[in-house]
Amino acid sequence: MLGLNKKDTSLLIIVALLTLLAPFILNPFPEGSAMAQFNAGYPDLMQRFVIFGIFAIGFNILFGLTGYLSFGHAAFLGVGSYSAVWMFKLLSYNVIPAIALSVVVAGLFSLLIGFVSLRRSGIYFSILTLAFAQMSFALAYSVLSNPKFNLTNGETGLQVYADDPQILQGANSPDLPHLFGLPMRATYTMDVGAWSFDFNAGYYLCAVIMMVVFYLAIRIFRSPFGMMLRAVKSNQQRMNYTGLNSKPYTLAAFVISGMYAGLAGGLMAAMDPLAGAERMQWTASGEVVLMTILGGTGTLIGPVLGAGFIKYFENIFSKINDNVLHSWFAFLPDGLEDAVVFLIHPFIGKGWHLTLGILFMLVVIYLPGGLVEGGQRLLKRFKRKKKDTDDAPSGKTEPAE
Amino acid sequence: MAILRVKDVSKRFGGLKALTDVNLNVEENSVHAIIGPNGAGKSTLLNCLVGKLMPDTGSVLFNNNSVLGLEPFQINQMGISRVFQTPEIFGELTVMENMLIPIFAMRDGAFRMHAYETIANEREVVEQAEAMLEEMNMADKREMNAASLSRGDKRRLEIGMCLSQNPRLLLLDEPTAGMARADTNNTIDLLKQIKDERDITIAIIEHDMHVVFSLAERITVLAQGTPLVEDTPENIRGNPKVREAYLGETAA
Repeated sequence: MLGLNKKDTSLLIIVALLTLLAPFILNPFPEGSAMAQFNAGYPDLMQRFVIFGIFAIGFNILFGLTGYLSFGHAAFLGVGSYSAVWMFKLLSYNVIPAIALSVVVAGLFSLLIGFVSLRRSGIYFSILTLAFAQMSFALAYSVLSNPKFNLTNGETGLQVYADDPQILQGANSPDLPHLFGLPMRATYTMDVGAWSFDFNAGYYLCAVIMMVVFYLAIRIFRSPFGMMLRAVKSNQQRMNYTGLNSKPYTLAAFVISGMYAGLAGGLMAAMDPLAGAERMQWTASGEVVLMTILGGTGTLIGPVLGAGFIKYFENIFSKINDNVLHSWFAFLPDGLEDAVVFLIHPFIGKGWHLTLGILFMLVVIYLPGGLVEGGQRLLKRFKRKKKDTDDAPSGKTEPAE
Repeated sequence: MAILRVKDVSKRFGGLKALTDVNLNVEENSVHAIIGPNGAGKSTLLNCLVGKLMPDTGSVLFNNNSVLGLEPFQINQMGISRVFQTPEIFGELTVMENMLIPIFAMRDGAFRMHAYETIANEREVVEQAEAMLEEMNMADKREMNAASLSRGDKRRLEIGMCLSQNPRLLLLDEPTAGMARADTNNTIDLLKQIKDERDITIAIIEHDMHVVFSLAERITVLAQGTPLVEDTPENIRGNPKVREAYLGETAA
């Protein structure tokens, strides 16, 4: 189907089902129950899942295929956000031109940065991209924000004001980002018994876009171009002596991943029309590296899993506080309860980074292939077990085999 | 006609004269061996031919076109393929993919953005790769990771990858270095077969005299960065100067 083989088609269908049914899947616990805080099915977080999924899918095209580790991809995300907000300010709140411009500008910006950074490989390449991203951050934070020429609105962040031109903004169109009149914040809440599920317009726009770019990523992975990118990672010397110029290949991969990042940035602004410099900071660049490695570098689905995993932690674990812990461990004797809470305390709330760090270390050490490898191992073990139980009785009846 | 002409090539690294006024002609459709003791400048010469090093003076003409100052991939596109001392293959890719890449490179040139095509739909390329694997007796290993091949098979694959591009000149840098006797003999047989079946010029740098005398039609002996003598294998065998160059090395 769609030029994909069976395995890839089923992967695409699974991803499509998971994203479309996410409001159900992420809200498994009834409203008001003790477990309800583990529900992730609210629009804001679901949007972040898919947006960072897009970011990580694109990053994986560069890092997973060519092995070039960029530490500056957040710059493209930020550029995308700024472009989108400028579109809101100048044209209208319609998200289509905003998203389109964010992809184009991020593509051009990554062409420039990639052209310079790709003169080097390995650690030097990583440092160059990091330097560029920090320069972009500085530009956005202060240099490009002065009374004469205010492109980024500095610390406050770029946002839409009432006196902005918005030349295409119709009299009746909503006063916040919308898709041809459908506001991104529009949410339909479905109540089923104690459960409640949110269907958000913005989320579904992001989800559909993610499915499209995920499909494109599969095509790239399976194309001759994708094979050449893996050849870059495997042996550049052989590649050059085989008549192939590795530079344009890596540059193309860099620009494609930059455009994915720009798209993610544009979508972020489309969900919430605000762009701040902190989106470009090196921690944000590091985050996408973590997502990709945690999920499984070079695998198709890994980066999406990694993005979801980290965003879930960031938003759910950080909300657990001591009161919640006390309520969980209330069944323990008082002294023991306090002790347990005291022990767990550093790993929750603001300490969620600590938990994430430990998990990341465990994954890198024991599952170098990331969550995808973990899943494959589980599947294999499960299959073997199943085979064992299947074989046991059949061994008696069909000894011939 | 000489397909490769090396004229007055010199190269120094700081105070070390690696090559001094090297003149060398490789005739079309011949097998030309370059031998010499360690440090004679064999590898430096080879690197000057493929674009890895730039000689200080002199010229290198392939098919009457200068190769100096070109990138390795440009020289390859002119029709020179190189086999390395330790097999250089795409270890993380499958044997089949290893074979597909040079064929794509030959068809599409140094760069093409074929990001939306599917490899399986490139019938012609796939068929060529399959035929080449068949010729190399590696069809049964096509889905294996190239890194997991035996040393001899890696060498076979690398030679196959070079041949799949139908090069006019095949450069081999000590193709049997570090190989067991059986693998060495297999490689010799493979190269003999290539020489018999194809219109191809082979230039080979080699240490192993057994390999050289089983394959070469012309031999150039390099010593201390200059060609000492160039002749047929029969005459080289009895040449006292050659003996001296090698014995001198042994004595030192």
